[in-house]
Amino acid sequence: MSTAVFRTCGSTGKKIESQAEKMIKAHAVTSVVALLIGATAAVLLVLTRWQAVHLLPAVWFYRILGVHGMSMLIFFIIFFEMAVLIFASTVLLNSRQVAPKTAWAAFGLMLVGALTVEYMMWSGNADVLFTSYVPLRAHPLFYLGVIVFAVGALIITSLFFANIVVAKREKTYTGSLPLVVYGALTAAIIAVITLLHGAIIYIPTFFWSLGMMEMDPQVYRMVWWGLGHSSQQINMAAQVSIWYMLGALTVGAVVLNEKISRTAFVLYILFISMASAHHLLVDPGMGPTWKVVNTSYFMYMAVLASMIHGFTVPAGMELGMRLRGYTSGLFGWLWKAPWGDPGFSAMVFSIILFGFVGGITGVTIGTEQINIIVHNTLRVPGHFHATVVAGTALAFMGATYYLIPLIFQRKVAFWGMAKIQPYLFALGILIFSMFMTFAGSFGVPRRHWDISFRDAPFSVEFSPTVDLLLGIMAIGGLLAATAAFMFIAIAVKSVFFGEPLGEITKGVEMVGVPRGLTHPPVQPADAAAKNAELHEEGRGWRLGPAPGTLVFVGVFLLAFVLYYFVNWKALSFLWKIG
Amino acid sequence: MKLDTHTGLDSPQGVWWTPAHKHEKMWVGIAFGWCMVLFAMMPLWHLKGGQNPSGIRAKVAPSAYFTRTQEFITQYRVGEDQGIPIVAPPAGSHIYLVGLSFQWTPILQLEKDAEYTLHLSALDVNHGFSLYPMNINFQVVPGYDYGLKIKPTLAGDFRIVCNEFCGIGHHNMVGRVIVTEGAAGAAGGQP
Repeated sequence: MSTAVFRTCGSTGKKIESQAEKMIKAHAVTSVVALLIGATAAVLLVLTRWQAVHLLPAVWFYRILGVHGMSMLIFFIIFFEMAVLIFASTVLLNSRQVAPKTAWAAFGLMLVGALTVEYMMWSGNADVLFTSYVPLRAHPLFYLGVIVFAVGALIITSLFFANIVVAKREKTYTGSLPLVVYGALTAAIIAVITLLHGAIIYIPTFFWSLGMMEMDPQVYRMVWWGLGHSSQQINMAAQVSIWYMLGALTVGAVVLNEKISRTAFVLYILFISMASAHHLLVDPGMGPTWKVVNTSYFMYMAVLASMIHGFTVPAGMELGMRLRGYTSGLFGWLWKAPWGDPGFSAMVFSIILFGFVGGITGVTIGTEQINIIVHNTLRVPGHFHATVVAGTALAFMGATYYLIPLIFQRKVAFWGMAKIQPYLFALGILIFSMFMTFAGSFGVPRRHWDISFRDAPFSVEFSPTVDLLLGIMAIGGLLAATAAFMFIAIAVKSVFFGEPLGEITKGVEMVGVPRGLTHPPVQPADAAAKNAELHEEGRGWRLGPAPGTLVFVGVFLLAFVLYYFVNWKALSFLWKIG
Repeated sequence: MKLDTHTGLDSPQGVWWTPAHKHEKMWVGIAFGWCMVLFAMMPLWHLKGGQNPSGIRAKVAPSAYFTRTQEFITQYRVGEDQGIPIVAPPAGSHIYLVGLSFQWTPILQLEKDAEYTLHLSALDVNHGFSLYPMNINFQVVPGYDYGLKIKPTLAGDFRIVCNEFCGIGHHNMVGRVIVTEGAAGAAGGQP
């Protein structure tokens, strides 16, 4: 069956099929709408937790908190991930979307599910927050909406596998899958594991909400987090793939070693679903052995995977730059990088903030005993805003700056604003995450409307420092939200009212076109010889072909060790507990 | 060793399972070593550290837990604050705290440096035990009894903040723990 209609991309030479292209567009646009809802909710939330402003009444604070969680973590991210999966399995392989009618039906299911959930939350029928811990009870349609959404996502994910098989059979590419597609495949496999957990927990919960069966609150927490945490690992795999992709597009990043990078992806698949334990470390249902084995992904094998990517991604960029002649000093390649390309800056900040803030805090607070001083304090959202927002959302934004010209065939609107948007967003979310974490260190609870405890039976007086920290946190949050609105404005204007891309003349700057497309990082003809030279033993500081990156990861490890052991020290000051 | 110059968007041709470069292998080795340290710290702290979330864990019917807490309150009651009973159990005893939207019962009056087994459970939905300002946090799950050995090492007037969302009145759910200095005088002759 070959009714598929293809066009050939002017700048990359990729063959792009029309159904796949339309699917990518639909998912990306829906994702941005969800982002708009989530970011608006975020503004209302930070203005409430900023005690001096305290905007929303209690009921609406908790309601909007639920809306924020679902809109961002589920709808924005998963719609975008579906776009990434379709993109990776069709465009990157010069192939077509298999069974387009089924794919559109699945998109319809996701849309109906998302709208149902949103309606239930806004109408006050599901004040159970993102986690909906049983026995808190929402309207049955809330659970049904989640199930319908998940079924849609599961179908799209299945079609991703089908697309890859068809591409192989129709020989649209030769050799092995490109690493970026391999990473997307990892994301898809984790998505299946995650969505199955979702089905295992939400289907019985739906029947429970109808009064037809019993639910155990502890079992709910365990299986629900098989969905809740594992879904963040879909993000990880998708975001790491995007790092490899943007690295290739912006600075011609090479893959140092396929074996190492691919093995790291496989480690994600094998060990990531144990992460459910991170949320149950101070729960009564599980014993120490279960907690230790699971929280560490069986001896930190998934952390190892991330630390590998944390080296191979920047090292690949460094080597890509050095191959093209940027060889001066340790960091010459970095100064000469295309910092005005929003695809590049977004990717770099995504890597740095994900690793240094999100990664280090995550591993530390996910340690069984250290969790005692962290559980349900603001340190938890402080951590995951650095991973999901600074890491995933920023990577997705960077990818969008390339999707707009490559898929939507438009120039990026408000180009000047687009260039600074990643900087503003990264700065805002860094301030937000860090000060939220600091406030959490004082024991300030998360998901809490009023830490002045005005109407509580006993007074609780947090140090005045906490008010200051929350104020700065709010400013960081507003900054990040502003940058998110800028991104939305850019995306909407480009997609719906944007100037058609037209012809790209290589080597000539164009307003609204990322530098990676006008000045593609093409390797010189003697790249192989240069590469051998860069790999020579004893060259430079004896730090190998990517010495700058080696220094970076050294600094990273030092920061990691320091933060980790400071937390053990802080724990040791507590009462004796056992 | 094969040196690649292709990007992540290119399909590798032929066999890609090739040895990595020395520095890449070195980093993988260092990262692996660090992961082993991370892993070893947890069992080590169980052996040598003073703060572990192990406890005695059991399933319990909320009604049975409620009854047990009532008995405990009746046995050791010494007063009342804001309508909530104050309970002063002897050192070494099992003590019970119950979360029910939106109140912690009872108020516990403990002695510094004495050991207790603190039982936590909820009667309705999940609650979060957060001892302020010590910043000790535990999940309180209905149907489960979490018995933690605790030894207050600091005297003072503490608060229990609920830090798991339990409903619209969640932010008003605050309990109280009093730790007295006078262990020597009061506990001197106790069996």
